[in-house]
Amino acid sequence: MESSRRSFLKIAGISALGLGAKPVLDVFASTEEHTEALKPETRKGEDVLKAKRWALVIDTRKFESEEDLKPMIEACHKIHNVPKLENKRHEIKWIWTEEFKHTFPTQEHEFLDDRVKHLLFLTLCNHCEKPACVRVCPTKATFKREDGIVLMDFHRCIGCRFCMAACPYGSRSFNFRDPRPFIEERNPKFPTRMKGVVEKCNFCVERLAVGELPACVEASNGALTCGDLDDPKSEVRELLRSNFTIRRKPALGTGPSVFYIV
Amino acid sequence: MLEKALTGSKKYYGLITVLLAVIGVGFVCYLKQFTFGLGITGMSRDVSWGFYIAQFTFLVGVAASAVMVVLPYYLHNYKAFGRVTILGEFLAVASVTMCILFIFVDLGQPIRVVNVLLYPTPNSVLFWDMIVLNVYLLLNIVIGWKVLEAERNNVAPAGWLKPLIYISIPWAVSIHTVTAYLYCGLPGRGFWLTAILAPRFLSSAFCSGPALLILLCLIVRKFTKFDPGREQIQSLSKIVAYAICINVFFFLCEVFVIFYSRIPEHMDHFKYLFSGLNGHGVLVPWMWASLILMVIAIILLVNPLTRRNEGVLIVACICVFVGTWIDKGLGMISGGFVPSPLHHVTEYVPTVPEVLIAVGIWAIGFFVLTVLYKIAAKIKEEVAGIS
Repeated sequence: MESSRRSFLKIAGISALGLGAKPVLDVFASTEEHTEALKPETRKGEDVLKAKRWALVIDTRKFESEEDLKPMIEACHKIHNVPKLENKRHEIKWIWTEEFKHTFPTQEHEFLDDRVKHLLFLTLCNHCEKPACVRVCPTKATFKREDGIVLMDFHRCIGCRFCMAACPYGSRSFNFRDPRPFIEERNPKFPTRMKGVVEKCNFCVERLAVGELPACVEASNGALTCGDLDDPKSEVRELLRSNFTIRRKPALGTGPSVFYIV
Repeated sequence: MLEKALTGSKKYYGLITVLLAVIGVGFVCYLKQFTFGLGITGMSRDVSWGFYIAQFTFLVGVAASAVMVVLPYYLHNYKAFGRVTILGEFLAVASVTMCILFIFVDLGQPIRVVNVLLYPTPNSVLFWDMIVLNVYLLLNIVIGWKVLEAERNNVAPAGWLKPLIYISIPWAVSIHTVTAYLYCGLPGRGFWLTAILAPRFLSSAFCSGPALLILLCLIVRKFTKFDPGREQIQSLSKIVAYAICINVFFFLCEVFVIFYSRIPEHMDHFKYLFSGLNGHGVLVPWMWASLILMVIAIILLVNPLTRRNEGVLIVACICVFVGTWIDKGLGMISGGFVPSPLHHVTEYVPTVPEVLIAVGIWAIGFFVLTVLYKIAAKIKEEVAGIS
């Protein structure tokens, strides 16, 4: 009896050890062929739009009034189930407009020409090269994809809002209450969010995956151009070559991927 | 030893009942927040951290200040503090408990809090803050409890406690340093983007914590038969005097750099706090009150005549505590968010349920503190043979 109990404890102990070691062993074993077979298969769509580093160029010369910008904002907010909240404190916005002095607060001066002074600029997540929001997130709920797009996992976010404090562009919104009753027309192809999580522009990854351009680009009548910053022959590179462009708060070293032709 | 907390005078039970009632009110408000979301608070898209995170920041300081009684006793063999180390350690336990609760109620998705452990992320300062706070809590519970137990049994504390005590000294500094790093490493927030933030946090911690400890010592003396001692209180008051001077000095260093360099992104937050910005200035009277209280405290504490008078010392300690609380518990967090990175001025004022939740957590802290101090005082009385 005594010996059998001892041997049972031994076996139990060894098995517990084995269970603990399994994840570690998995890491070492991952180069082996047999684990390849266990991995879920992910297939890329045939039309998927790919880039080494996605970027957006906004030609602000093509805009005159707020009316010109509305279609892009509406297109984005509609397909992404962004709620319309009356209370400004609880506002959710992925892409919106700001005056020059708010978009580029360090570059404003009193003698700006009237066009720029009164023009509205599109503001959105800059999909930074060195995103401060990703650095501070305690759960990796916000992360940078290989192609430079900064994304959010709404299901992992704990709602600590550290990313909102870190973002120097005010690009993030927090669901201070359940957003679902405030979605005017629900798009079943894109998830809605729940209260207590942060959200922001996702560069329309769900559209890129099926070969479509981001909604704002599509609705912009050619004023917005997106493409691969790494490809010297891309349209964005051509625009950057032939025009003087500025980025928001370049001194912070975040490396925004959104460029403005003013 | 816990049984000591179960018997007490009518006043003791009265206090416990009041605290439980306040906790109850806070809990009901929290349930409302839990179902509705953080929308019941005054926070907004622009001011995304508020009263909760500010209380957390202030209380990390109070927790860290336990080191101000532990260090002189264990490193400099300053025997007098042997009587009060337990009060410092138990104050740290109560404070860290409140800190952890304040972080918890601030989460939008509290049920997902374990994600921080499931997906450990060393590049996030919040990950390190979680580690240092929890370890500090554990250290103080173990050290406080075991040392008190040894005292009760009239034996020397166990040998294995010594290394833990030594570790707890730099650890106390670490909790407030890491807490400052939460803020001072963010690129777009000029108010916090300063290397002196951690030193400022520590200096305000080392005056507010010991000031509270002095007040608590006086309360313990009044309501129990255990006297923490006049010498102890006087030594603590000197610590408070040095720390409040250093705190104001660090503040003035900050003011010089900001207003001599005149860089708007750094200057605008100070302008908002002390004179208002674009017609908004809800915190202006508070910030000036804080500054005036700290100056009064310096005058009262530096002068030995006033410091040695316990009546005046009480006033000075209240000035220090309220002054530093306004500075950190009100101004430090909102001040960093106003104006916003896009230079909009959105003001923040906590709502009633938000304040009630915060008061509820303070009540939990005082509940823990009352129970622990009750045990400590009883055992001290027992050892001294008074009870």
